[in-house]
Amino acid sequence: MTTVRTRGTVAPSGRRVAALLHRAPRLRLAGLLAPALLWLVLLYLVPLGLLLATAFFDTDSFTGRITYEFTTENVVDVLTTPAYLLTVARTVGVAVGVTLLCVLLALPLAVYTALVSRRPGLLVALVLTPLWASYLVKVYAWRILLAPEGPLGGASPGYGWFAVIVTLTYLWLPYMVLPLHAGLTSMRGSYLEAAADLGARPWTAFRTVVLPVLAPAVAAGSVFTFSLSLGDYITVQLVGGTGQMLGNLVYQNFSTDLPFAAAVAVLPLIVMAAYLLTIRRTGALDRL
Amino acid sequence: MLAWPGYAEDGSTDPAVDWVTPFEQQTGCQVTVKTFATSAEAVQLFSTGEYDVVSASGDASLRLVYGDRVQPVNTSLAPNYADIFPELKDKPWNSVAGTNYGIPHGRGANLLLYNTAAFPTAPTSWKDMWDPASPAKGKISPYDDGIYIADAAVYLMSTRPELGIKNPYALDRTQFDAAVELVRQQKPLVAEYWADVVKQGQGLASGTVTQSQGWQLTANLANGESGTSVATTKPVEGATGWSDTWMIKKDSPNVNCAYLWLNHVVSPQVNAQIAEYFGEAPANQKSCALTTNKEHCAVFHAEETDFWSNVYYWTTPVENCVDGRTDVKCVPYDEWARTWSELRST
Repeated sequence: MTTVRTRGTVAPSGRRVAALLHRAPRLRLAGLLAPALLWLVLLYLVPLGLLLATAFFDTDSFTGRITYEFTTENVVDVLTTPAYLLTVARTVGVAVGVTLLCVLLALPLAVYTALVSRRPGLLVALVLTPLWASYLVKVYAWRILLAPEGPLGGASPGYGWFAVIVTLTYLWLPYMVLPLHAGLTSMRGSYLEAAADLGARPWTAFRTVVLPVLAPAVAAGSVFTFSLSLGDYITVQLVGGTGQMLGNLVYQNFSTDLPFAAAVAVLPLIVMAAYLLTIRRTGALDRL
Repeated sequence: MLAWPGYAEDGSTDPAVDWVTPFEQQTGCQVTVKTFATSAEAVQLFSTGEYDVVSASGDASLRLVYGDRVQPVNTSLAPNYADIFPELKDKPWNSVAGTNYGIPHGRGANLLLYNTAAFPTAPTSWKDMWDPASPAKGKISPYDDGIYIADAAVYLMSTRPELGIKNPYALDRTQFDAAVELVRQQKPLVAEYWADVVKQGQGLASGTVTQSQGWQLTANLANGESGTSVATTKPVEGATGWSDTWMIKKDSPNVNCAYLWLNHVVSPQVNAQIAEYFGEAPANQKSCALTTNKEHCAVFHAEETDFWSNVYYWTTPVENCVDGRTDVKCVPYDEWARTWSELRST
């Protein structure tokens, strides 16, 4: 109240609102949360609900228009057709592969940028530069590079799942380097020295000092690389040969049969929810 | 407007290829062009209501009519309609019960595209695209859409006549299963499926793909100014193809501009430009005299009724067989699409 009183320029009405908010903490809280909640509900929860609802409708086979009659046909079809479940398995496989490869590549890089280098800012900026180029340009570049008749010649793995994992790893690597770098930077200098001063052997120092910092950082990075890979459908079209991922199934069907596409789109939601719950159980999300 | 790639060029692909800007200057209508890769995509995009006109193939046009997305077109308001080949007028894919829903744009066949280094002599049959012992094994590229099942049906018409397929878009259960089985067998031969002409052309030119089903446009784009690495042919079995129609949105606020565009696009000069650029037969009879390459109409058989007898224009498969059979039910398009998804996923 003192701040309001000393500022003589606040209009009387403004002063009344401020006073009201001061007396009613619940109203203050509601006011602060409203924009964020509105955003979350209108742009996230409502579309998600519509998506789920659409999965239970049917389409007119000729015009492609939705007929609003309840049916579980699409959902049952998606959950019982081996070909679709196989696609889920392949997509998850790609996402896991990309995430592991990203951790493997990002870890030494982040150790260097965060703990060793004297110019960490410059190095991190360099890691981020590929993000400035267009997604399509980068994937087309990989398409030409990995072509069986391309510059690699006989050494090229050709188009297929391996090419998809390599290309996606290239695309999403910065999203793994950044959280690792941020996590490790907090240990710069004193932490490891303190551990050594207190008599911790290297392994003990790693287990009790480095790992608790590293684990949530890897978890944060993996949420990016895993979910971005899970939803991607363009890379696999360009370098995946005949393969296709969950996103392609949605893309193929959303124009002719929206309810079926919606039913397919529920699959990655289930996978992602399971993934986040697993990560939460390890406690890694709490320390983010 | 919503158009197939190459149908409404505004100079952004190639500054020399532009018939949208002159239209804007003459009429004062503003045009924004969005291209699509498959008929399914066209129907979906047009259903958003964002577009005034669309170039619809036969497997999209009727769905737009019955889906109540387009309005009847008064052909007398487009003076150039008079010069259009009579055999393209009042067809099941542009007219319903005597009412016209659009202006014919042009037609073409889905050709066999091949890499000339791998195949110095032109293939004459679709055999290499379907035969397990194909010399193009691992290097073929089929079209990534459910309607491609009709291409299998066209091949079966000459290789398994006992199936009795008369129209590749009117397949009863037995015929449909046979066509799907053929597409399934084809999968080990496939390098990749295509929906994007740039990717397809790049694959063909580089030799990653040596045979593919597609459009003359792709070969033209892949060859650029002087290249000869990609060539086309229409195999003896016949081919699927398209006969396209420009249609107008049901409640379009820009009806005048829409009619002006429909008339512009089938004017002798512009229709000739498009036909040459895309590589198809023009709809306007007078266009044949105006093409840069005087042989164009001969090469694309614009004036030969015979050539088109084994070109099966894209049509939406429906339960009431489009070949007129009434003793069986045919497999409708949504099942074609669903089957295609499943086939691509295995």
